[in-house]
Amino acid sequence: MRGSDDHGTSQRSGRSNRRRMAAAAAAVLGITALGVLAAARLSRRVRLSRVPPGDGAIRVESRVTVNRTLEEAYAFWRDLSRLASFMTHLESVSESASPDGDRRSHWTAGAPGGGTVEWDAVLVQDVVGELISWRSVEVAEVTNSGAVRFRTAPGGRGTEVLVELVYEPPAGPVGATVATLLGEEPQQQLVDDLRRFKQIIETGEVVRSEGSPEGTRAGRLLRQRPAQPVA
Amino acid sequence: MGRTKVKVRTVPDPKILNARDAIVRITSTAICGSDLHLYDGYVPTMKKGDILGHEFMGEVVEVGPAVDTLRVGDRVVVPFPIACGACMACQRGLFSICENSNPNAELADRIMGHSPAGIFGYSHMLGGFAGGQAEYARVPFADVGPIKIEDGLPDEQVLFLSDILPTGFMGADMAVSPGDVVAVWGAGPVGMFAMASAVMFGAQRVIAIDRFDYRLRRAAENTGAETINYEEVDVADALDEMTAGRGPDACIDAVGMEAHHANPAIDRYDRVKQAARLETERPHAVREAILTCRNGGTVAIIGAYAGYMDKFPIGPLMNRSLTIRTGQCHVQRYMRPLLDRIRAGDIDPSFVISHLLPLEEAPRGYEMFKNKEDGCTKVVLTP
Repeated sequence: MRGSDDHGTSQRSGRSNRRRMAAAAAAVLGITALGVLAAARLSRRVRLSRVPPGDGAIRVESRVTVNRTLEEAYAFWRDLSRLASFMTHLESVSESASPDGDRRSHWTAGAPGGGTVEWDAVLVQDVVGELISWRSVEVAEVTNSGAVRFRTAPGGRGTEVLVELVYEPPAGPVGATVATLLGEEPQQQLVDDLRRFKQIIETGEVVRSEGSPEGTRAGRLLRQRPAQPVA
Repeated sequence: MGRTKVKVRTVPDPKILNARDAIVRITSTAICGSDLHLYDGYVPTMKKGDILGHEFMGEVVEVGPAVDTLRVGDRVVVPFPIACGACMACQRGLFSICENSNPNAELADRIMGHSPAGIFGYSHMLGGFAGGQAEYARVPFADVGPIKIEDGLPDEQVLFLSDILPTGFMGADMAVSPGDVVAVWGAGPVGMFAMASAVMFGAQRVIAIDRFDYRLRRAAENTGAETINYEEVDVADALDEMTAGRGPDACIDAVGMEAHHANPAIDRYDRVKQAARLETERPHAVREAILTCRNGGTVAIIGAYAGYMDKFPIGPLMNRSLTIRTGQCHVQRYMRPLLDRIRAGDIDPSFVISHLLPLEEAPRGYEMFKNKEDGCTKVVLTP
């Protein structure tokens, strides 16, 4: 790296000048630190909330507004097979009707180092244009549930989509399964998933760049490809 | 490749990544004043090997399967903000704050509060998109952004539809009413387009403020602006005299984050802090614009800024009922009407060009542009 731009020449030297500069620097540093802190706290969407200690469950929630009607947003999520197109931990979700009328679904997630983790779930609530919720059934490696709510945004600004996912790891050591499902940053993963959902429902695809050729993904933020064409 | 270091390298040809992409073979591409902020290392999240450049045009050589508005062979100018056309922001004409086009939105979100649109060749915080100072570029949302040039106008006359002409025009659009006295800080290409646009919006007087006589002369010749050299006169005094004590009605900051101040101590204060990364901006132009603006007037900020400035005159702003209007240019909104004006002969934007260089000489172009050597105002590169 070459050097930065020139600073010009000093007009005078002397202890008093240096002291003034030092005091000014200290004041500036204080203000700057506050400024940086304020900036860092501005991100509202990353908020991991844990159910009180002892329970061990992990709840992540996030939200996004999309330029679609309530019905369109609801229909997109109600086709559970589409969840795999924007939720990075899911490989596939398929639905079927069970003999006793439950709407059951079979979920497959990728495991680290290859292989998959699978479980069955049922729909608990399904209110058109309002709410979809589901929970895993029988013996799932990680008991989990989810809910999506839909609201019209004020002022005709589209539809608000609010998502909550809860994971209840089994007693004992939390193994690879949980890490698979949640990733390193479960809250951030959901935030990214909802950005991808918005891109797909509004533009048709996950948006790619040379720096992030897979599209929005937390793991890529700090490991960007150079902004040059993908070979 | 690093601070004040650009190189021309051979890289893979771009490929279609999204169904709405097009690949453009670039015929002309310019160096922007805001590229200098990248060059000088003031914009965070650059990475070695990033391709720069966001002012480019050329010929479509490939289209993705979902592009039906462009065909191979079409000649297009590409707007610098990448915009999906489908989100609420795009539908309201606010293309530079498209809600979908930045895959690295989380980075921008942390620093800015929310993310603006992705931009070609302008840091990973704004998407990590390869830029257009190259032989080819991948253009996302090709059915939304690029404008077709169909009547044989030469590149030099239409290239600046990509950024600087709409940027100057939007500055005037945001601030100028008929009969206004308009002051423009920065007599570079953006400033000159703002001056020319101010006239289109009915300004009665336009005043250019800069420290290089060659730029002030060019501005006066091409836009009719009156001029103030701030190294020779005090700007506040001069504007006070020219407006009989009122101040300009509209003030346009076309300088941005690497402003220079005539007073060495003040210049050094911000420059030292910027070098120590204690402050990301050198905000002299915008401070002066706010302080000199007529009470109740409008300040349009179209110079590029990246982060946070110190000593913002919020007291004067608030107490004197000023309006601030600002934004990265919503280029897509202005391209068609400005192309029509060019075709009608209302404006020939090529007057800002001072140097035409082959792409191979980009490093020299950057140095010349940065140091204002050889009467440099705008460098256009041909791959």
